[in-house]
Amino acid sequence: MNILNVMMQPEVFLVWTSLAKSIGLLAVILGLVSYTVYAERKICAWIQDRVGPNRTGIPFTGIRIQGLGQPIADALKLLLKENFIPAEVNKFYYYIAPKLSMVPAILVLAVLPFGSSLFGIPMVIADVNIGVLYVFAVSSLGVYGIVLAGWASNSKYPFLGGIRSSSQMISYELALGLSVIPVFMVCGTLSLPEIVLWQRENGWMVFPIWAKGLTWDLILSGDIGAIAQTFTAGFSLQRILLWVPMIISFVIFLIAMFAETNRAPFDLPEAEQELVGGYHTEYSGMGFALFFLGEYAAMIAGSGVIVTLFLGGWSFPLIPDGSLPGIPGVLAGLVNIGVFFAKIIALLIFFIWVRWTVPRFRYDQLMKLGWYVFFELALVNIFIAAFVLAYIK
Amino acid sequence: MLQDYTPVLLHVIIAVGFATVAMIANIVLGRTGKRNPTKDSVYECGMVPEMAGQPRFSVKFYLVAMLFILFDIEIVFMYPWAVVYQDFIAESGTIILWSMLSFVLILLFGYVYAIKKGALDWSR
Repeated sequence: MNILNVMMQPEVFLVWTSLAKSIGLLAVILGLVSYTVYAERKICAWIQDRVGPNRTGIPFTGIRIQGLGQPIADALKLLLKENFIPAEVNKFYYYIAPKLSMVPAILVLAVLPFGSSLFGIPMVIADVNIGVLYVFAVSSLGVYGIVLAGWASNSKYPFLGGIRSSSQMISYELALGLSVIPVFMVCGTLSLPEIVLWQRENGWMVFPIWAKGLTWDLILSGDIGAIAQTFTAGFSLQRILLWVPMIISFVIFLIAMFAETNRAPFDLPEAEQELVGGYHTEYSGMGFALFFLGEYAAMIAGSGVIVTLFLGGWSFPLIPDGSLPGIPGVLAGLVNIGVFFAKIIALLIFFIWVRWTVPRFRYDQLMKLGWYVFFELALVNIFIAAFVLAYIK
Repeated sequence: MLQDYTPVLLHVIIAVGFATVAMIANIVLGRTGKRNPTKDSVYECGMVPEMAGQPRFSVKFYLVAMLFILFDIEIVFMYPWAVVYQDFIAESGTIILWSMLSFVLILLFGYVYAIKKGALDWSR
């Protein structure tokens, strides 16, 4: 029997292609996490008028390349550190907590479409029709890792950090879940690939005013009359008014995502001045590294969800039918993957920028903002969208 | 239907496998130092730890968790509603909007009650 025939059988084909996609995506995410940490340190340094990491380069040669070797050195260091277990901890939960906080962040990526297709294989690991529900279900599991880490450490600072963090995450999950409902009302689907296809035809969710039929060819031709025609052709009061709930949705989702991933200005679980390191105070070596990885992976996955729901996913802007003129199939697939990750990186830089600009909230302010402002605003926002869709044509 | 989730299962195996391998690699490769009572004790900025490791904490955290479950179920009800919303309006009119509005209003009473009880007031 020919091995190639076995490989091409539908079931076997599905298994090995999804394995390849999973491993490839994991590798990309790990690389992205390390260099996000590097970008974070570098951007923070620029904002504070410092230099930042600039020494580590290629080993044994003395070449520094702006400290680009730093993430690799950090990873190696954490791998070679002692994996110390304090005497007081509950060993089983202490071991399992870092994995429980990292794995859900990676799992969210399973349903995100990160490209159109490559060699006819769709660039999404699992095309499930309830993609968004899966995202929320899995990302909520991250709370368990944090609570268990705080509890199993049997120490006061991690304990307080753990309960604060879980309470904050579940509070903002309400706003997160409510804010995306207008998107589904407009698209009429929960499947993430279909939401991306909808946006490719009708314009990004945050700019629903984009006219149908507006393409790069038309813009480059410079025919103002024809461009204006596409706007007036796609014009309707409903489209313009839908912009309001969409923008509110986007802003609430973005801010709630900051709180979900425990990023500044909502990084109370890790408030160094009050809680030392927060829930991972008692961890060392790879346990600490997995928490760190989980946090940044959650940030990347969250950016991926924002990009998919609101910023057009992998689609290159202003190309309604998805064809990239003059670029052959495989290269076009790669361009789409590149577009997706470029959008993610832009959002990550925004996350970092906010972290080093905005001061931290106080705990009661944080809970008040989540429960009083965002929850109510998101709820009202759903009915704004509902009324516009029902009564204005 | 269920085979849509085979890739998810494979992805779970890869993610858990990566985390486990990383942990084991750290245990094997990492240096092991000597233990001593100070190193074994919990970290409290160099002070000698006092009392139990898990102190009493505010009951508000429980209240928040309970309210979360209540309202999260409300959100789950809204998802299928949102998906069929436009099709339903095209077929049988705006009854779908008013029925959801009345459902949310009932829940809003509970929300107002929780606020009046001070369940979400952290300054008290």
